[in-house]
Amino acid sequence: MQPFTRLTAVAAPLDLPNVDTDRVIPARFLRNPRSRGYGQFCFHDLRVRPDGSEDPKFVLNRQAFREARILVAAENFGCGSSREGAVWALEGRGIRAVVAPSFGDIFHENCLRNGLLPVRLPATVAAGLRQALHAAPGATLTIDLPGQTVTGPDGVAHGFEIDPFRKQALLEGLDDIGLTLRHGPEIDAFERRQAAEWPWAGAVGLVPAAGGPGR
Amino acid sequence: MLEKIWARHVVATDAGGRDLLYVDRHLVHEGSFHAFEMLRHAGRRVRRPDLTVAVADHYVATAATGRAVPEIEGRVSELERNAREWGLTLLGPGDPRQGIVHVIGPEQGLTLPGLTLVCGDSHTATHGAIGALAFGIGASEVEHVLATQTIWQRRPRVMRVWVDGRLGPGVGAKDLVLHLIATIGAGGGTGYALEYAGPAVGALSMEARMTLCNMAIEAGSRTGLVAPDETTYAYLAGRPLAPRGDAWARALAEWRGLTSDADASFDREVRLDASAVAPIVTWGTSPEDGSPISGAVPDPVAVGDPVRRASLERALAYMGLAPGTPLESIRIDRVFIGSCTNSRLEDLRAAAAVLRGRRAVVPAMVVPGSGLVRRAAEAEGLDRIFRAAGFEWREPGCSMCVAMNGDLARPGERVASTSNRNFEGRQGPGARTHLMSPAMAAAAAVTGRLIDVRRLPPAEA
Repeated sequence: MQPFTRLTAVAAPLDLPNVDTDRVIPARFLRNPRSRGYGQFCFHDLRVRPDGSEDPKFVLNRQAFREARILVAAENFGCGSSREGAVWALEGRGIRAVVAPSFGDIFHENCLRNGLLPVRLPATVAAGLRQALHAAPGATLTIDLPGQTVTGPDGVAHGFEIDPFRKQALLEGLDDIGLTLRHGPEIDAFERRQAAEWPWAGAVGLVPAAGGPGR
Repeated sequence: MLEKIWARHVVATDAGGRDLLYVDRHLVHEGSFHAFEMLRHAGRRVRRPDLTVAVADHYVATAATGRAVPEIEGRVSELERNAREWGLTLLGPGDPRQGIVHVIGPEQGLTLPGLTLVCGDSHTATHGAIGALAFGIGASEVEHVLATQTIWQRRPRVMRVWVDGRLGPGVGAKDLVLHLIATIGAGGGTGYALEYAGPAVGALSMEARMTLCNMAIEAGSRTGLVAPDETTYAYLAGRPLAPRGDAWARALAEWRGLTSDADASFDREVRLDASAVAPIVTWGTSPEDGSPISGAVPDPVAVGDPVRRASLERALAYMGLAPGTPLESIRIDRVFIGSCTNSRLEDLRAAAAVLRGRRAVVPAMVVPGSGLVRRAAEAEGLDRIFRAAGFEWREPGCSMCVAMNGDLARPGERVASTSNRNFEGRQGPGARTHLMSPAMAAAAAVTGRLIDVRRLPPAEA
């Protein structure tokens, strides 16, 4: 996982509330292996019109915001489907952080596992930042993870909360699985206990199909 | 109840207060190919293939004939390859039990009260109807569970959704959950698990409870739960994978201890009156955009907040609807009955009851949730009712709910759909989705417009 420390970059305002992960990446692109590069699918149906041309109205198509690495969004960003492809699409497009008043829970978790920083700020602060970015297209924000602040174009710093453990993982780019595997003995012990006390929670015991032709 | 299941599964706790939870059941589908790729790339192995079940649903073709797109078909064969390589039991095409993962789990008795169950799909909350702690996860988390059979989680707050009264005739669990989402908002449940309770919930069948839990995520909650009761035990008894004999008796004693104590407190409580719920349809592009069918499309002018107003204007432009339009005057182009929300036997019965003696006036399809649902429906003659009404009777799968498998609506088409998401493009680029119950979708099919199923004129004999 790519570590996240400090970032000063162009930020793009996205005013819509409830931006779902289908909008971030439509389902039809998810069949592609990640190696194809997911950045090209990012906000595809908002960015590209049915005739294949770019929609000049979409914020990331505007010259000032093309190189944005930060998004400032509205409530409930990333709601809906659990597709991690939404995070890969943002990441592939160069987005390293999303600032919003609230996030879909699964999307939030997926961000943290990919080194994309989700920053929760009060709705009024996020709205103020979006307004400032509209007023000065191409302006930058600075996100300081160690100091837990977002500094707007006006130089005012806004503090944000983050779980200390997740913060450390982001700063160091740590992978969870390696850490979990150190708990092997406890997992073994749990499995022994479960087998003794709740045997019905054990092996699923599904009998494989007899075979025969598929439909 | 959530606390009890949670505490039972904590393997370890980290310095930040996150718990490492043991996962009793892990369901994977074609979309999980990303996680298998990551696992292989990291040189890891599947810790418990015997607790992992592979189900083909998202990418399977549901038409009896016709060509599958190789790129789509490829995802199904990759699941088959992964299942073989890692020794997972597969419910794939050709298996009579195949179907939507969230229909199959309860149907097979794979989902049991008190168990933890995860799947790389946000509608995993469906399994909470059985009293399991079930939630959707992303691909990295799927890899984590494959490798360790555990998952790091912070215990969510619990919102109790207490429902008094009884749902009226023609009103179902889909209407109740759409009503809830319209009430608390698409982000209202974020950070919470929803625990549904109260007389109206107790009176619901298991399948109706599944519909209720299924759409917890549309209210922002990863988890929905209903405490197990006699309805649950009657449903589970004799299921292929449910415990039997002595094990059943022991399990039952454990399950009875799972329910929330009478003095349990909740982080938030929402109270609803089921008897006041009317059939609901959505008119916008968020599941929170639902109104009773007697209502009208809202007017953005009445919205004070500029962001909300712009969002509403955008939704109405996408949906091709003018403010103030009575919902019952909206004409539809297509009907889809199916998805993990509404593709079970009772859903098909409710739709068939409306369709008996009537004919659809727009293209319509019904996609049963599993091979067993399909067979059971055929045994009751429901397939004949659907076919006589002009519906296509399809093979099981996610189909037009997710539009990644070849089943999709055309740009601009207006779909009356029993699925769970009316997002822009969800049922195909440019497609317009109105969410509703199976009975309401059937009524829309025979009239060609949105209509209160309770006001449908009698069918001609």
